[in-house]
Amino acid sequence: MTEIRGFYTLWLREVKRFLRDRTRLLSMFIQPLLWLAIFGAGFGLRFAIPGLSYQQVIFPGIVGQTLLFTSMFMGISVLWDKEFGFMKEILVSPVSRFTIFLGKMVGDSTSSFIQCIMVFVIGIAIGVSIDPVTVIYALPIMVLITFGLVSIGLTIASFIGTLESFGAIQTFINLPLFFLSGALFPLKGPGINLPNWLTTVAAWNPLTYGVDALRSVILGSAWTPLQIQPLWIDIGIVALFDAIMIAIGTWAFSRMK
Amino acid sequence: MSHVIETHQLTKAYGLLKAVDKLDISVESGEIFGLLGPNGAGKTTAISMLCTILKPTSGTATVNGFDIVKEANKVRKSIGIVFQEPSIDDRLTGRENLYMHANLYGVPASEQKDRINRVLKLVELEDRANDLLRTYSGGMRRRLEIGRGLIHYPKVLFLDEPTVGLDPQTRDHIWKYIHQLKESQDITVVLTTHYMDEADRLSDRIAIMDHGKIVVLDSPPKLKETLEGDVVAVKSNNIDGLSQLVTKWLGLEKKQIVDGSLEITVRNGKAVMPRIMELATQNNIYVESIVLREPNLEDVFLHYTGKSIREDSGKELHGMAAIQRRSIK
Repeated sequence: MTEIRGFYTLWLREVKRFLRDRTRLLSMFIQPLLWLAIFGAGFGLRFAIPGLSYQQVIFPGIVGQTLLFTSMFMGISVLWDKEFGFMKEILVSPVSRFTIFLGKMVGDSTSSFIQCIMVFVIGIAIGVSIDPVTVIYALPIMVLITFGLVSIGLTIASFIGTLESFGAIQTFINLPLFFLSGALFPLKGPGINLPNWLTTVAAWNPLTYGVDALRSVILGSAWTPLQIQPLWIDIGIVALFDAIMIAIGTWAFSRMK
Repeated sequence: MSHVIETHQLTKAYGLLKAVDKLDISVESGEIFGLLGPNGAGKTTAISMLCTILKPTSGTATVNGFDIVKEANKVRKSIGIVFQEPSIDDRLTGRENLYMHANLYGVPASEQKDRINRVLKLVELEDRANDLLRTYSGGMRRRLEIGRGLIHYPKVLFLDEPTVGLDPQTRDHIWKYIHQLKESQDITVVLTTHYMDEADRLSDRIAIMDHGKIVVLDSPPKLKETLEGDVVAVKSNNIDGLSQLVTKWLGLEKKQIVDGSLEITVRNGKAVMPRIMELATQNNIYVESIVLREPNLEDVFLHYTGKSIREDSGKELHGMAAIQRRSIK
């Protein structure tokens, strides 16, 4: 019971802090808008998949990218708590480190998730043709993706001392994960010939399967010939990745002083 | 149920440096126990071990009958801690911070509201309870932290340098709360401080700590008694000469030069002062001033460690950083 209430209170704190931070809410509108409106429109000129516009293809990719960037950024909450001493209050409490990690992780995931729902709003607002009903199927997949990514952010932050080095490491991880996830272009399918090394690396990137799963539900049958894996395998891989990252994150938190 | 805390040869070593060296103390139920020493003496390390934040290198200790290593979780549930550095969430309100603490420590939901209101009343923050912490002053934050430490009815409250970086009025205020606490609750308080006056005013017993060891342990009046009595402080143009003379002709051995003044510890200060003046005049030594004072803990510290507590500025930055941190927000 103590653990459940501990989890709840830690979760609530993260969400409250997020919702009180207006600048962060606002800034999250800008990036996806730029990618979709400018990159999507300009780059799409030389791109053709039967039945799909380029904007449609990258839309789930931009959802994935926003999940990635916002989730990784959440690690900052750990650094913030360390810097201002609040981490001590949590760490000396009788609540287990697993619960502490889970509370923070799910809380940050909730914040990240809220931001990503904005991407759907933006997408529909600027006229990307997506069926709003598919959003319902996309949401649980988004939750699944964000758990693992937030866990990476929290784990790294638990090892790192300063905000500056966290920023540097974040960029170092974010961009490769993003570019090698197939968020901006399909990785396989009829007429698509990517270098071998690229597809090999992408196959080890968990985000690849997250983006693939999002495309399968958002784009429907038009995407089927380009699928990397069937939907249920995508989901299985992402879930496995989450489980591993939660285990690593709990370990990282348990060695924090 | 006499000893709430007992330590046996409790040691924490960092490489060759022994931050805490074979500590043996017992804290009695219901007392305010002061750990006094300069910065870097090992006070915080000692209570960090008792709070289960640090694992001892060797030795054992029990808090409320629970072993600090084997039963760390039970220890944590039975103690309250107020850290040296601020540890509250400034993006939450005072009340939210307290609710969070209550949940982390498993206070039953039905009791939470009542207890939080009572604690807010105790630390006089009822009217500010729903404001964000970032709008609080340093003293208010401190009070909230002390209040927070009490939410789960701990048997022992650890206060690590509770008034570092606070202005004199606020310090006075906080001392008042700690006194009230002791009278209104069934609680034992362990306090670390490097302020002599703080230890003197609050503690029932004081352990003076230096280089990781307890130098002496007793009640403040008894500690002062161990000094022979009064301190005569003389300022003069020839301190060393005068120092030799008082030993040679008056047989006074307990003396020390502190901040350019000769401090002599004597049994009867009033009778000795004229003799010192005579001696100085006979030997053509000019006396700028001569002051008699009752011994304070500063003298006790000096007596036992052979140095003034102020000399040891080792980790003063620690305190300064804490001050700055408080004032930034």
